[in-house]
Amino acid sequence: MSIEEKQNSPTYQDFNSIEYPKNEKEVSNFIKKFYKSTTPIEIIGTGSKTKIGKSIQCAKTLNLSKINGIIEYLPQELYIKVGAGTPIQKIEEELKKNKQQLAFEPIDFGFFLNGKSDFGTAAGQVACNISGPRRFKAGSVRDHILGFRGVNGKGEIIKSGGVVVKNVTGYDLSKLVCGSYGTLVALTEITFKVLPAADENKTIIIHDQKVEAAADLLNRSISSSNDISGAVFFPEEPEVSGSLKNIENTFKLNNLQHKGSITAVRLEGAKNNIDQRIENLIKELNITNINISILDFYQSDIFWNKVKSLEFFSNTKNSIVRIVIPPSACAHLIYQFSNKFKYYLDWGGSLIWLEAFELSEEMFESIRKKAVRFGGYVTMIKNSDYLPYVEDVFTINVDKFNISQNIKKSFDPKRILNPGKMYTGI
Amino acid sequence: MPKMDRKVIAKKANIVNDLKKIIKTENVLYHEDETRPFETDGLSAYKQKPLIVVFPENTNEVSKILSYCNKNRIKVVPRGAGTGLSGGALPLADSILLCLGKFNKILDIDYRNRCVVTQPGVTNLAITQAVQDKGFYYAPDPSSQIACSIGGNVAENSGGVHSLKYGTTTNNILGAEVVFMDGTITKLGGKTYDSEGYDLLGLITGSEGLLCVITEVTVKILKKPETVKAALIGFSTIEDGGNCVSDIIASGIIPAGMEMMDKALIHATDNFVKAGYPRDAEAMLIVELDGTEIEVKELIDKVSSIAKKNKYSSIKISKNEKQRLKFWAGRKAAFPACGDMAPDYYCMDGTIPRGKLAQVLKEIARLSKKYNLPVANAFHAGDGNLHPLIMYDANEKNSLEKTEKFGAEILKYCVKIGGVLTGEHGVGVEKRELMCEMFNNNDIQQQIRIKKVLDVSSLLNPGKVYPILRKCAEEGRIHVHRGKTKFPDIPRF
Repeated sequence: MSIEEKQNSPTYQDFNSIEYPKNEKEVSNFIKKFYKSTTPIEIIGTGSKTKIGKSIQCAKTLNLSKINGIIEYLPQELYIKVGAGTPIQKIEEELKKNKQQLAFEPIDFGFFLNGKSDFGTAAGQVACNISGPRRFKAGSVRDHILGFRGVNGKGEIIKSGGVVVKNVTGYDLSKLVCGSYGTLVALTEITFKVLPAADENKTIIIHDQKVEAAADLLNRSISSSNDISGAVFFPEEPEVSGSLKNIENTFKLNNLQHKGSITAVRLEGAKNNIDQRIENLIKELNITNINISILDFYQSDIFWNKVKSLEFFSNTKNSIVRIVIPPSACAHLIYQFSNKFKYYLDWGGSLIWLEAFELSEEMFESIRKKAVRFGGYVTMIKNSDYLPYVEDVFTINVDKFNISQNIKKSFDPKRILNPGKMYTGI
Repeated sequence: MPKMDRKVIAKKANIVNDLKKIIKTENVLYHEDETRPFETDGLSAYKQKPLIVVFPENTNEVSKILSYCNKNRIKVVPRGAGTGLSGGALPLADSILLCLGKFNKILDIDYRNRCVVTQPGVTNLAITQAVQDKGFYYAPDPSSQIACSIGGNVAENSGGVHSLKYGTTTNNILGAEVVFMDGTITKLGGKTYDSEGYDLLGLITGSEGLLCVITEVTVKILKKPETVKAALIGFSTIEDGGNCVSDIIASGIIPAGMEMMDKALIHATDNFVKAGYPRDAEAMLIVELDGTEIEVKELIDKVSSIAKKNKYSSIKISKNEKQRLKFWAGRKAAFPACGDMAPDYYCMDGTIPRGKLAQVLKEIARLSKKYNLPVANAFHAGDGNLHPLIMYDANEKNSLEKTEKFGAEILKYCVKIGGVLTGEHGVGVEKRELMCEMFNNNDIQQQIRIKKVLDVSSLLNPGKVYPILRKCAEEGRIHVHRGKTKFPDIPRF
C-alpha cells in the first residue's frame, strides 16, 4: 500500500507508536524524522476532542500533553503564554486568581463524548476553534490568540504574532492555525489574550415561548444597548430515543420551576448596572406580562456552565451535529427538522446544536444543503452507532478546497500532519 | 523594489489596448498626467508613477484584469482610497494600479443579522452613517475614517481608538468576496460567525494586498451604547500617565478607548482645534467609558480615583456629547496638527507591552537628541500602540534618510522589549527591511510560501512586506559584494 493510499484509507491500521516530546526541539526533531521517511503522524493532546473530525490511522502519534505549563502570565498586560498541552482548567484557575478569564468561554465536550467534564488542552481548543455562549459578544478562540509557536510539516519551528493585541506585522497565521485541527502545525506555545471577568452575572428566563418568538426575543436582546453576553433557547423537547437528558434534569435550579421551553438571556457586569440593564431589557422586549424568572448569580453561573458543556446531551448514543447559520434563518431551518431531533439554540439563534436519533447520511446531507442555502455550515461533531462514518464531516466548497489544499502544502508539503483529519486530500 | 520588467514597459500600448477590451475605455488611464495623481499613497515620501491605472466597475472585471495580468506576467498593485501610511499602495513603474474607487456602494443593510454588505471602496465612516439612524455603528474607527475605504481597512487590518474594547478590523468582519491573482472569485465567510475549514478570511485580513483583491466585505454592526463619556486627565510626568494606564487595566476596567499624548502634541493639537487640553501637563490621557448610565458613572468614579492615586494634575469629565467630541477632535487632528510644527513629519507605528510605555518614551527622547530631530508622541495607550511623529524638513539634504534611521531605531527598540513593528499601519515598503528584527528565516519563508501558493508568479503587490534587500542575508552568512550576487531576485535569508 502506498503512503497516499494509507493516508486516504479509512481502515488502514499500522503499528501504533506514540511519541511524547517534552519540548519544542524534540517535536521538531520527531517531525523532521517523519518528514524524511514520509510517515503520517496523528497529533493529539489529552485526547478530549480526537473524536471530532474524520478518524485517521497514522503510523505514529505525537502526543503533546507533556509540553505543558504556564510560561508567562502578566495580568496587567492582559496575556498568558502557555505550553500547547497545558490543560485549560489549569489556565482558567490561574486566571481566576486575578479575576480574569478566557473570554471566548472554552467549550467542554467531555459530557456528551465521555459522560464527564473534559476541557482538554490549550492547543485542543485552538485546533477546533469552537467557542462558548459568549462568542457573539467577545469573539471566538481565533479572536483571542495573540501569537503562537509551532512546528510545520517539515519540522521547522515557526512563530507568528506576539504578546500584544494590536499587531499587523506579517500575515496573521494565528487565525489560520485556529480551527485547522492540527493539519498545519504541531503547536508548542500559545499566547492568549485574557480579559477581566465580570463581578456578577444574572439571567432572565422567559418561559414557554415557541421557537420563532424566542428567536425574535433573543435577537432583539442582542440588538439592544444592554450588552448581552449569552442568548439561548431550549425548546420543550420531544421524546427522543437514546437521549438521556431533558430540560428538567439538566437544569435543576430553584427558580426554574416552570415546564415548557426556556429562553435565556445573560447579563454580566457589576451588580448595580446588571439590575438596571435587566430592567431596561424587560421594558424594551415588552415582556412584563409574560412568565419570566430571574436567575441570581449562583444559579446563573450553574446554568451557563451547563450550556457551554452541552450537558443537555450527556452520554447520548445519538449523532450530535453543529449548525451555524445567520440568526434570521434559524426558525425556518428548525421547522424543517424531523421530530426525531432534539436541539437547542445558542448565540442568539446563530448556532444550533442538534441531537439526532437514527440520522442517516442522506438526512445529514439534506440538513447541510438547507443550512448552506441559508448561508451557513454544518459539522458532524459526534457519530452514532447508526451512522458511524460520514464522508464530509465539515462543510466546504470546491474553490475553498483548492485554496486550502495549497495552504496545507505550504505548511506540510508531504501531508504528514493529521492527514485527512478535516477533508480527504488535505 | 523588485527588478523592473522592461518588456512589460515596452508593451505598454498593447497592454492599454487589451485592457480597453476588458473594461470601459474611460476607465483605463495611461497618460503621464493621468497617472501622476496615483504616484503615492499616505506615505508621501515615496513616489512612483504606475504604468497604467485601471478602474474596474465590478468583480468580473477585476477577475478578468487579474487573469490577463497573470497570463502576461504583469505586476498589479491594488489601491483603495490611498490613505495607507506604510506605502502599501505605492505603484511600481512596470505595474498596473488597480483602483477600487468605483466599488462605492453599500449593497445590503441587514439589521436582523446585524451586518452590512458593502463594496470595498465605501469609506469606513459611511458605513456608520448608513446605520446610525437605527442606533447602530461599525466599531473600528481609524483616524482617517472619513476618507479610508473599508477594503483598505481589511487589507491593512486597521484599528483605531476604540480597538481596545471592540477589536480591530479582523474581529469585526464576517465575510468577504475576493479575487485571487489567477482570476478565481471566492466568497469567504458570510453572515455567520466563524467559518469552517482554514480561516482564509483571517489570513487575508491584514495581508496588505499581497494575496488577493477584495471586492466585497460583510461587516458586523453593533448597537450604540446607552451612555458614552470621556475623561481628560493631565499628568505632570510621563511616568505617572503610563502608570495610570497600567493601573486602569489592572483594576479590571477595559475602557472603550484610552489615548495618550505628550506635551508637544497637547500644544500642537490644542492650537489646532482649541480642544481645551491641559497645556501645562507633560502627558495627557483621554479615557472613554461606555455602557449604561449607572455603569459609566461607576467607571468614571473608579478611573478618577486611580488617576488621583497616580498624581494627576488636572481632570475634566465630558458633560455632554458635544464636549466629548471636542476632547476627541484634538486627538483625531494629531497628524495634521503636527504638520503645523514642521514642514514634514514621519509617523511611526510600533506596539509595546503597555507597562513599558514610560521606558520607551525615555528611549525615544534619547534618540531624538541623538538625531537632533524633534518628536511628538501620540499613543493608543490602552493597547500599547505608539505613534511617534518625527518632524523634519524634506528640503534638507539627507533628512529623510536620517528620519528613517531614527524611526527604525524606535521600532527595533519596540521589538527588543517584547513589542512588534507595526500595530495598525502595516509593513508596506516602509518597514519591510525590519522584518528580520522580528522574524527569523523559517518564519519569513513560511509566510512567503503562503504567498507563493496563492500567487504563483508573485505578481500581486510585489516588493511589499517582505525584505527585498536581503538584509538578513547581508548580515548573515552570505557575503554580498557591492550588491552583486547570482540570481539577485531569488529570496535569500
